[in-house]
Amino acid sequence: MSLHAAPFPLKVVPVTKFAIRDHETVPEHILLTPEEADGVLKAFGITAPQLPKIHVADPAAKEIGAKVGDIIKVVRKSTTARQSIFYRLVID
Amino acid sequence: MSLTEKEIAERLECLDLPESIKEAMKSGLEGASLAGEQMDEIVTLVSADYKHSQVEPCEAVGVVAAQSIGEPGTQMTMRTFHYAGVAEINVTLGLPRLIEIVDARKIPSTPTMTIKLNSDYAHDRDLAREVAWAIESTSILHLGSIATDLAEMNVIIELNAGAMEQRKITAEEVAARLKEETGLDVDQKENLLVMAPKEPSYRELLQLVEKIKKISLKGVEGIKRVVIRKEGDEYILYTEGSSIKKVMQFEGVDPTRIKTNSINEIGEVLGIEAARNAIINEATDTLREQGLSVDVRHIMLVADIMTVDGEVKQIGRHGVSGEKASVLARAAFEVTVNHILDAAVRGDVDDLRGVTENVIVGQPIQLGTGDVTLVASKR
Repeated sequence: MSLHAAPFPLKVVPVTKFAIRDHETVPEHILLTPEEADGVLKAFGITAPQLPKIHVADPAAKEIGAKVGDIIKVVRKSTTARQSIFYRLVID
Repeated sequence: MSLTEKEIAERLECLDLPESIKEAMKSGLEGASLAGEQMDEIVTLVSADYKHSQVEPCEAVGVVAAQSIGEPGTQMTMRTFHYAGVAEINVTLGLPRLIEIVDARKIPSTPTMTIKLNSDYAHDRDLAREVAWAIESTSILHLGSIATDLAEMNVIIELNAGAMEQRKITAEEVAARLKEETGLDVDQKENLLVMAPKEPSYRELLQLVEKIKKISLKGVEGIKRVVIRKEGDEYILYTEGSSIKKVMQFEGVDPTRIKTNSINEIGEVLGIEAARNAIINEATDTLREQGLSVDVRHIMLVADIMTVDGEVKQIGRHGVSGEKASVLARAAFEVTVNHILDAAVRGDVDDLRGVTENVIVGQPIQLGTGDVTLVASKR
């Protein structure tokens, strides 16, 4: 398929722009849907304010468009477990 | 009837074990011919062993971590202001550095960056040097000499053509920068710049000289020196001074691999999770450099507690210890009278749930078996 036949309008993204998530020390941040967030809270048997926090203004949270009250899932690279999952509540 | 490799992989995939253990099992079981029951037995044994290695509920992990970092810490050198890797750049190491990390200082005593370059630049010494000169803050003293003429009451700057060419700046640009920063007219003739203070006084003249010396004409402010070193087949830049946000935007710099020892800066530019990683890496490196090996789990716990609230907090009066819920625990740490007095004024209540407060009042602490309560149901 040629480029001109793209079924959606192509957006021009400046290639020089650096994304925080590309940095080698920034783990993957995933924004959870309200249903997923409820599932997490239920699994741990806790309420949202008991989770560790992350600021809305945090560069990594900002990049995925998180809002206050959202829950972010962080997939960390761990030297002991290879991969570990962590959750943070977005606060002001 | 033995299991196929695919079946073994599927069995491992659905286990509730860390990735690293699953990978170890996978490589261990490669090429093995196993019956279904044998696989079951292996899974049961590994799971039991993993469960056994986990921390028990009510274990005082914080105390264990404190002890495990504190004891080797006594063997660290008190005052090491020496070079890590690069001989020309001084970096604080040893105990002062470890203290700096857990104290979450805003600016480390010797900020430094490690800048790796894009593949186009990393293997060419000349290109690497160009990037280094673009980043290094250039002041007037790098480009020439500065003198005062007391008879005429002006400052005379003599620029060196060679130095300017090397740093890719022209006399016109220098003049424009000086004018912009001082707001004074600059009289430029070839490589000679003449400036006069607003009022022809001796004091003003000297102040102007000092001001001109401090102006950063080119490059990133605060980056006093850049050193190039070859590691493997790659040229890497080491800097004195840190400003990752600005340096990231330079052409040739690989923004995904830039490093700094300023944890606070990482928190601001890359976020709290990157700051947590930075604390772990910096603390581990500091300990390793001194020949001490501390299990990374202890350091991870420290990093976790420092970053749990979304910002980097110190372990101390203004951070973790100062925010404890218990009045007695806070009073036992530092500034005892203030805490007790404030608590009395506010009418605070101490629930006696932590370790410190229970030791103070002489009760069994709620830890390990001490945290278990029996509940009898009526028959």
